[in-house]
Amino acid sequence: MNPTLEQLTEHFKGLTAAAAVPADGPAESVSPTPVLVVVQAVDFALKGFHLDVAVGPAQVVAAAEVADRAGFGIDSITGVDWLAQNEMEVVYDFFHPTSPLRVVVRARVPRGSPELPTIGGVFPGANWHERETHDFFGIRFTGNPNLKPFLLPEDATFHPLLKDYKP
Amino acid sequence: MIAHKDLVPLGRVGDSPQETFVLNLGPQHPAAHGVLRVLLTMDGEWIQRAEPIIGYIHRMHEKMGENRTWAKFLPNTSRIDYLSAMHYTHAFVGAVERAAKIEVPLRAEYARVITSELNRISSHMVWWGALLLDLGGFTPILYAFDDREKILDLLEALCGARLTYCYYRFGGLYNDVDDAFLKGTRDFVAHLRPRLKMYRDLVTDNIILRKRLTGIGPISADLCRRYGATGPVIRGAGVAYDVRRAEPYSVYPKLDFKIPTYSEADSMARYLVRMDEMEESLHIIEQALDQIPTGPFLGKVPRVLKLPVGDTCYAVEAARGRFMVRIVSDGKEIPYRVKLRTPSFSNLSLYEEASKGMILPDALAMMGSLDLVIPDIDR
Repeated sequence: MNPTLEQLTEHFKGLTAAAAVPADGPAESVSPTPVLVVVQAVDFALKGFHLDVAVGPAQVVAAAEVADRAGFGIDSITGVDWLAQNEMEVVYDFFHPTSPLRVVVRARVPRGSPELPTIGGVFPGANWHERETHDFFGIRFTGNPNLKPFLLPEDATFHPLLKDYKP
Repeated sequence: MIAHKDLVPLGRVGDSPQETFVLNLGPQHPAAHGVLRVLLTMDGEWIQRAEPIIGYIHRMHEKMGENRTWAKFLPNTSRIDYLSAMHYTHAFVGAVERAAKIEVPLRAEYARVITSELNRISSHMVWWGALLLDLGGFTPILYAFDDREKILDLLEALCGARLTYCYYRFGGLYNDVDDAFLKGTRDFVAHLRPRLKMYRDLVTDNIILRKRLTGIGPISADLCRRYGATGPVIRGAGVAYDVRRAEPYSVYPKLDFKIPTYSEADSMARYLVRMDEMEESLHIIEQALDQIPTGPFLGKVPRVLKLPVGDTCYAVEAARGRFMVRIVSDGKEIPYRVKLRTPSFSNLSLYEEASKGMILPDALAMMGSLDLVIPDIDR
């Protein structure tokens, strides 16, 4: 089951509607202001990926599920500290083992309270990447069972990739 | 394709209530090939939980990337996976070239393919010798290092380094490949073919090796996908995933080569994938030597390199799997962010799930078949 770019675009665009109308579960578990999912096809030769998906922090698990259902594998998770905008970006990379497709999912969180749900339930390999991102940026992935220092020393309380980090 | 649930490790005990004990392996342990620590909860001889603890040689390469120019970060990339430096510099150089739209002359692209494939063979030879050491066979590593030495000599004559090559430059190469190198490489290909046959006769077909690896440490294709394991690990699970084909780069689309796969998904499958890959690399090198054109080896590159705003990815098939550089530029001379996605990190992340219920010597054989390089994990 190798998805086409058009099918994937539709699946990711469907996340906007899913967030606006909760299928089941209590209403408070849904983000109060559903963020519009922006799906953009990009030129692989220029960027190194095919699909650029911007979601809200509450939608990352649903986005990971879309990637999982389409047969993607977890490539990496990382952060970017946008100090000037007072925001942090979490970037999820996915690769496809059987078709030449690369998808990037990104979510922005406020710099003061960088928090979003873990996708470890969908991709168990995400746990390590989330721990690393927590190490470097202090971004908290709620639900990750093991957010203790990983690559940094075991007593580390600093996050070195923050743009205002002073050693 | 084999589903993960069908692959039950040989030694799995039921859920008998047994007293467990904690066994610490590493960070100084010969089987860990560097400073990797594994905290094992043992149920007698069987592993109940194996938690890898990493970071002992973490160097924060990604922070170093944010305080020097694009060109000054290049030598860092050859020191991440020290056995696979050509591929790693290729990915970083490729990312910058992609973002800045720098044209690379054809001769340089062919030279990159030749040196990358030589590096793949030399890397696989270290893995081969070290795996056999882990399994108790001392002699093979001496043969492997003898042949590997020839590659190191060739590459040293070309770029001055024996291990941490910094041969690729934005837009091409540091210097041209000379006739001595091209001839030496051709001679090496002729030399290695019969040696690989000898490796097969002496080691691969050895009954003791087969018994140590066959059926040991099954890692299914789905497990690879969910943990992001790539390279010989996913190809040993029957999936023909190779970045050289999935995200074609350099002149690989012009070259003919097979992607070796084995569907058994055990340690022996991963072993055989790498042995076949060395032969495929020789095949690639031969074609590249035949096709390499004359011409410039360095394209036009601006003196002060400022990349356009935005992010760019570039992935290569390194010896251990998919290595990707993700760069973010804010238009300045210095990178805003450099993310290094390394294969050993993802390949090790499945270890806890895959080693459940195995006995310790088998788990170490499986670890050897993952071909870990610790600085590649810790960065």
